[in-house]
Amino acid sequence: MSATSTDIFRLLDVEKTYDIGRASASLFGAGKRRKLAALDGVRLTVKPGESLALVGESGSGKTTLLRVLLGLTAPTDGRALFREKEIAELKGDDRDRFARDVALIYQDARGSLNPRMTVLDLVAEPLDHHGLCPRAERRDRVAALLQRVGLPAEMMGRYTSALSGGQVRRVAIARALASNPSVLVADEAVSGLDVSTQAQLLKLLRDLQRDMGVSLVFITHDLGVAAYLCERIAVMYLGRIVETGATREVLTAPAHPYTRALLNASPKFFAPIAEPLPGEIPSPIDLPKGCRFAGRCVEARDDCRLTDPALRADGARAFACLHPLDRPRALG
Amino acid sequence: MADVTLPAAGLRRRPATLAGVWAYARSHVWFLIACAVALAYVLAAAFAPWVAPHAPTDQDMMNFMSPPAWGPHLLGTDSFGQDLLSRTIYGARYALAIGLGAVAIGAFGGLVIGMAAGLSGGAVEWALMRFVDALLALPSLIMAIAFISILGQGVDKVVLAVGVALIGPFSRTVRGDVLQVKAQAFVEAAGLMGVKRLMVVWRHVLPNVIFPLAVQATIRVSYAILVSSGLSFLGIGVTPPTPDWGLMIAEGRSFVSFAPWIAGVPGAALAILLIALSVVGDGVREQFDPKLKKEA
Repeated sequence: MSATSTDIFRLLDVEKTYDIGRASASLFGAGKRRKLAALDGVRLTVKPGESLALVGESGSGKTTLLRVLLGLTAPTDGRALFREKEIAELKGDDRDRFARDVALIYQDARGSLNPRMTVLDLVAEPLDHHGLCPRAERRDRVAALLQRVGLPAEMMGRYTSALSGGQVRRVAIARALASNPSVLVADEAVSGLDVSTQAQLLKLLRDLQRDMGVSLVFITHDLGVAAYLCERIAVMYLGRIVETGATREVLTAPAHPYTRALLNASPKFFAPIAEPLPGEIPSPIDLPKGCRFAGRCVEARDDCRLTDPALRADGARAFACLHPLDRPRALG
Repeated sequence: MADVTLPAAGLRRRPATLAGVWAYARSHVWFLIACAVALAYVLAAAFAPWVAPHAPTDQDMMNFMSPPAWGPHLLGTDSFGQDLLSRTIYGARYALAIGLGAVAIGAFGGLVIGMAAGLSGGAVEWALMRFVDALLALPSLIMAIAFISILGQGVDKVVLAVGVALIGPFSRTVRGDVLQVKAQAFVEAAGLMGVKRLMVVWRHVLPNVIFPLAVQATIRVSYAILVSSGLSFLGIGVTPPTPDWGLMIAEGRSFVSFAPWIAGVPGAALAILLIALSVVGDGVREQFDPKLKKEA
């Protein structure tokens, strides 16, 4: 967690709570004010050229974290920094630079593209908006971007309604690359596609990240996708990062029981699913004391229900667990 | 993820192209016929002096109330000896002018109010929509009558009265579309890119609102014509001897038992035009309205 000024994103104990009104008020007196903690003390850095996967179940806070990174949601506590400046307070030139430097690939790629604009105009919109390209070179630039994502230049005149799901995602990626960003943020960018299309897109994203030196923040619930695409992984549970480190190490020798449970819950060839994770993610309203995973953890002991573990660093890895799992190839 | 499970490209929302309209027309015979009929009305109205055999107010005193027959008066004459075919052809001018003019006023007013309400939100939206509710509380015909009583009679007054009466329903749909478009990811994406709010509205919201509005407008033209004819029929719209269909039906009403063609000819002209316009409007909507051809 060294703080160097080259970090692109730096999140320091970011919290985001939503006030969700009062609990059912009785006849005598209002109920207690209730808060929903979507993010609860997230620490994270994204370095130039790095690829980071954010994984976790639905409701773990991945999407809120993404919105904080993009400046769409301001954290209620802690600091979210982009190149050492508070994201929510960017103005003027800094805001323009942020808009150029950070590109988002939406989960709903089709919905993120105006259905009444042609592929040419969609991909050129960032170029036009940031004034990155003279009018005369517009078509050539778009053609080059389309070629980069593996689409023929003839697609320029088409509308997205005439394209397949995989092609639409490629257009979304081309558009994201148009402003030559230093970070790509992708929200489930390959989910819901058939496996061959998914594989092509993953390969494309990996090539882009490696060749162009773009940082990648990839949100997914698919550990296989995370392992393929990202050098680093951060496992989230109920608004916190519970384990982080190099993807290979974390996934081969998880320290946190939750990471192991996620691994065990993902299907493998010719094997029954070992241990489906019992229960669902608990409600982030009125969290219990102690470790927030204790209720579902097979390793939970008495002290787990009393003490809330902080994220502890162990070499390049970190995990938030009082009784980490034995790791045959542990670093420490 | 909606795009993944879609079985066919035809179910997706598609922008308007002339090629798309033509492809649709070829597979829908009735749509094609209705288009031809509507076009015939438009041409007849535009070239009325050349198409009509007589002037609309010429009186042939030797042949009054003559039935439709081969001869100088193909569709017969009315009680003043005026040629019904000619009057009906000239009447198409008034019907189409009033229908299109009123819809233009209603659509424009609805666009302004609906956009303002949908984009502003809060107290402004509340006030505007309560105003629209007030407009919608009265049936369009009643409202048009009220406006006529304030404005006075005449073709231009009818256009204005019917147009204002149509602002309510148009505002409603525009506001609904604005709210729907505003929630789309591409609007947020534009904001993320740093596009100014006004530019987002101009480039992303407006085009996605205008099109459904145009579709709705084609459907409402027939309604506007019907309301204006109703006004004339009640004797409070266009004044005689204007060859307006509603007026002609009203004149022929007293002779319906022994000279049914006097009311029947303009009545049929009106009915055929309304049916044709409805079929055209439905076809256009079926083809382009994202609400009907929604992504699953």
